[in-house]
Amino acid sequence: MFTQAQSPRLAQRRARVLKERAIEMVLFLAALVSVFTTVGIVYILVKESVVFFQQVSIVAFLTDTQWTPLFDDQHFGIMVLLSGTLTSSVVALAIAIPLGTIIAIYLSEFAPFKLREIAKPFLELLAGVPTIVYGFFALLFVTPILQWFYPELPGFNLLSAGIVMGVMIIPYVSSISEDAMRAVPMNLREGSYAMGATRFQTAVKVVVPAAFSGIASAYILGISRAVGETMILAVAAGMQPNLTFNPLEPAATITSYIVQVALGDLPHGSIGYQTIFAAGLTLMLFTFACNIAGHVLRKRFRETY
Amino acid sequence: MPYARDLKSIRRLIAAHKRWDLVFACCGVLALMVGLLTFIALFVDMAIDGVPRLNWDFFTNFPSRHAAQAGILSAWVGSCLVMLVTAFVAVPLGVGAGLYLEEYAPKNWVTDVIEINVTNLAGVPSIVYGLLALGVFVYQFGFGQSILSAGFTLALLILPVVIVATREAIRSIPVGIREAAYALGATQWQVCKDHIIPYSSAGILTGVIIGMARAIGETAPVITIGALTFIAFLPPSPIKAEPPFLSFEWLTSPFTVMPIQMFNWTSRPEAAFLQNAAAAGFVLVLLTLAMNGFAIWLRYRLRKNIKW
Repeated sequence: MFTQAQSPRLAQRRARVLKERAIEMVLFLAALVSVFTTVGIVYILVKESVVFFQQVSIVAFLTDTQWTPLFDDQHFGIMVLLSGTLTSSVVALAIAIPLGTIIAIYLSEFAPFKLREIAKPFLELLAGVPTIVYGFFALLFVTPILQWFYPELPGFNLLSAGIVMGVMIIPYVSSISEDAMRAVPMNLREGSYAMGATRFQTAVKVVVPAAFSGIASAYILGISRAVGETMILAVAAGMQPNLTFNPLEPAATITSYIVQVALGDLPHGSIGYQTIFAAGLTLMLFTFACNIAGHVLRKRFRETY
Repeated sequence: MPYARDLKSIRRLIAAHKRWDLVFACCGVLALMVGLLTFIALFVDMAIDGVPRLNWDFFTNFPSRHAAQAGILSAWVGSCLVMLVTAFVAVPLGVGAGLYLEEYAPKNWVTDVIEINVTNLAGVPSIVYGLLALGVFVYQFGFGQSILSAGFTLALLILPVVIVATREAIRSIPVGIREAAYALGATQWQVCKDHIIPYSSAGILTGVIIGMARAIGETAPVITIGALTFIAFLPPSPIKAEPPFLSFEWLTSPFTVMPIQMFNWTSRPEAAFLQNAAAAGFVLVLLTLAMNGFAIWLRYRLRKNIKW
């Protein structure tokens, strides 16, 4: 009789099991990288921000109306940057959400099959253009056109950056909304048609409400894209801090401020270096709040069939 | 709404409702047109400004203070090297993670955490990855402002894209294939290595290309880690004449990439530099269009040809 250790077949088998285990472990570690990334982001933002908030009070950070971390007379009012971010995002979303939704409804409910097959990849290409190119386009194509209508418009402004950003976000909104609408079961539509509803009535009163949780996630993704967009604003909106909600003015945003600081030569560990992490933390909290809101909306409006 | 009592008014009501269908369809076409026209305007604008600057010298010259002699040599070499690192990191990690989540992962809270993480990371603004890299790669790990840091950063950025594409490709493989292999005594890894990965490779490739197209145009995170905007030298060559032929010195070299070069030219006031920016932008647009176009075509072919 063989004992376990002596049996060559069992030994071979054990080696095989061990190898399987090892491979599973390696794959598990690969999957864990995403968790490490999140932990790393939170760790680095909080760590540097803690140092920052030891020197600047949170109250001043939230209420000060000036943002001059690089001057001798230092002020750290995040409102200044936040106003630029919000204004440009509102302009972008005012374009992306209506147009994206209309395109989604049209492609899902109205368009002939052929058109949909062409339009979807084309929209994907639109989303693939590098944002720096969009920034160049906003500065040197859209702004001159806007100035033609409104000559007092400064060369750097939130409006043209916001408009181009909106067009950039359209594909994100439309493709996810359309997927959600296409997932609505056919018999709901058939029921509606059987009651004598037209296509438009069916789309607006049956399909959109049924797909609302998916459409809401598309909007949330659009919002976080708009808030986090960097290069279009850095190129076309100017980078001077300006507490304004007027899209016709130039202003810095949270993201473009980070780029501006990174372009300069700030020593590691200085207060200017830490401001970008505090700004980044604000941005992160904002997108995190968006994600939570999206999650709640999805739960609240989920329809099951 | 008033009740329609006779045939005529009913017909009128139906016609009125049908008109709304038409109005909306027109709105839909118009909305699509906005996207199409913007794209055409962007492309033509870049082409008009940029194409006159595109010649052989533009690709073989270093950036210069004289706009007419400036080129994108250091930028495109930098982009290629950064992409090389990105691909080397993102592809194994992304495919491994996708494989684990689809084939191995038990149903427990750890798996849930990983899945939620992947979804959330896809929504994190790219500049935040730049901050992560600045804090962790550049200072904590001491990689410095190098090609290695940039490659790692962009790899993390496109990881969710690769993972999602891998999972979708794997999910479309019928269970029967796996069961047949298991029935012949294959281990789980043998099933993955000999069946799952080969059958899903085209789908994975699509995701990788889309991810790389995104990485090559990404500017903000690379600026954040401190890539320089003016580089008038090339990183040390990865291939040497004498053994061991390969050298990894270039990984720690300072660098610039195409979008940063374009950004640098865009922020200058002289018109001649704006032309250079347009030319660099045109190259970038063509590159990303080609990559995305290829990925879309590949996916289309896949959907048409594979019938399990």
